[in-house]
Amino acid sequence: MLYQHLVIMPILIPLLAALLLLLPWGDNPQPYRRAIGLISCLALLVVAIALVVKVSEGPSVYALGGWQAPFGIVLVADRLAALMVLLTAVLALPVLWYSCYGEDSLGSHFHALFQFQITGIIGAFLTGDLFNLFVFFEILLISSYALLMHGGGKFKLRSSLHYVILNLTGSSLFLIVLGTLYGITGTLNMADLAVKVSQLTGDEAYIVRAGGLMLLIVFALKSALLPLYFWLPQAYATTTGTVAALFAIMTKVGIYAILRTFTLIFGEHAGAAALLGYEWLWWLGLATLAIGGIGIIGSRDLRLVTAYLVVISVGTMLTTFSMNSETSIAAVLYYLIHSTLITAALFLIVDVIAKQRGKTASRIVKGRRMAQHGTLSLMFFIAAIAVIGMPPFSGFIGKLFILEAARTGAQVALLWPLVLGTSFLVLISLSRAGSRIFWHNFTGKVGETRHARGQLTAISLLLVAIVGLTVYADPVSQFIGHIADELHHPAGYIEASFGGGVVYD
Amino acid sequence: MEALFSITVGVLTACSVYLILRGRSFPIVMGLTMLSYAVNLFLFSTGRLVLNQLPIIGNQAEYTDPLPQAFVLTAIVIGFAMTAYSIILAVRVRGELGTDEVNAPSTKDEETSR
Repeated sequence: MLYQHLVIMPILIPLLAALLLLLPWGDNPQPYRRAIGLISCLALLVVAIALVVKVSEGPSVYALGGWQAPFGIVLVADRLAALMVLLTAVLALPVLWYSCYGEDSLGSHFHALFQFQITGIIGAFLTGDLFNLFVFFEILLISSYALLMHGGGKFKLRSSLHYVILNLTGSSLFLIVLGTLYGITGTLNMADLAVKVSQLTGDEAYIVRAGGLMLLIVFALKSALLPLYFWLPQAYATTTGTVAALFAIMTKVGIYAILRTFTLIFGEHAGAAALLGYEWLWWLGLATLAIGGIGIIGSRDLRLVTAYLVVISVGTMLTTFSMNSETSIAAVLYYLIHSTLITAALFLIVDVIAKQRGKTASRIVKGRRMAQHGTLSLMFFIAAIAVIGMPPFSGFIGKLFILEAARTGAQVALLWPLVLGTSFLVLISLSRAGSRIFWHNFTGKVGETRHARGQLTAISLLLVAIVGLTVYADPVSQFIGHIADELHHPAGYIEASFGGGVVYD
Repeated sequence: MEALFSITVGVLTACSVYLILRGRSFPIVMGLTMLSYAVNLFLFSTGRLVLNQLPIIGNQAEYTDPLPQAFVLTAIVIGFAMTAYSIILAVRVRGELGTDEVNAPSTKDEETSR
């Protein structure tokens, strides 16, 4: 019975857990809350794996309330959605585990917000309806507003204010887009939109094109593309390590939304609105890469360096995506998995470093030795190599895929220097930071703050996932190749959306 | 009716954009609220403007589209929650930082020295 409802399970599990977490749990609620949160994340991981196995036979559609598309809202789990759900689950478990050693007690309701956040993220991945996507965006946003403030502090307040205002404006813009698209096509089901948009001509096509470009602005704000990325570095650098690590998936929600809508609705088959915005993505993506490189070399705080790594990864992915071929989409997806896991790991490592160094925190200056100096330096070393893109880890393979995806001379001439150039800047910045923090130490007193072994194990899990991604690069890239094929030929997705009628017996 | 409606939406949007571009949190929150009004009106009109008709198909020759009404209802609820949150946040920023400017110069120096 449950197997039939597998598609909606990843949304229900965290939602149910979040509701349970809101109940009063007595005088000392934290142990219960941690247990519920961790059980929910484990269950989510199991369900996500089952979902990936299930969708390898073809997209599964879940018609909510038994109303068939395009009249009802459907959840569509194709390979891409299932992969993103699995990625979220793989990320959520170690991050939550890490937070369970005290960081969750810095503010109230951390665990409930965490689960609501996961609900929103996974809902955004699974939904097959644009308005539903808006609703899930709002769920993930409102929990992210609260999570960003977790722990309090002046810097957090100001960057939260920026983040909230920008995203509220973005939400309004999203609604305008939805109104525009609905006004012309009379539907907001993504598969139905894809069919209707491809048949438009004349003035109606122009209005839909305008709507599509506004949609790109909304998603670019979520994914932090160049003119809209200014909120990201301060927000990620000032919040707590756990939240920043969880937010590693947040920009990917925007990238997923661009991948989904701009291949399905505004892809090659979209008639008058075909390949809308790809040119913009190419140039802005390249500029984002360049800005990210400059930002990372100018940052004097390791948190800020990590935040700029997110900006760089966004630029890399969107530029590669805009080349619009199966190899480029596959390259984007491999890099997306890699960069999500590695940035999360780095945010956690930096958090540990900042705590153990005490006063100097994560600033890149000479400081005292840390209590767990050796372990931390090893972790930082592995993470840095992976994120720079040096062999042997997945960053290297990911960058290789991206460089290979560039076909024409113009693409090679612009993409290669920028990708390799920013990698070089990242290399300089991280080696500078690493040598300052780990080698230039005051002789004398060693720091006393130690972290529990469990916390370090949680970070190691993320690093193990990176190693796993490297070792199993072949099966992963085959799976991703299928996704790229599906995205490039959306007929299967459309057919599945309409064909998936009632799922009940 | 269409002209009046579109002028209303346009004026509301223009005012809200002006307010959002101010440098202080109170006008920005007002602007965001006004923008959500404009957006709700706009969403309402996407089913085309029809007078005195039921949102039921098949009962009569003319009908009004029920879906935009559902959209607007959802958007109002979400917008209400977001506005409430942004007001609380703005008040806290005012209280903790002692200024309602979105980019206060005094703290900006601290940020750059990080």
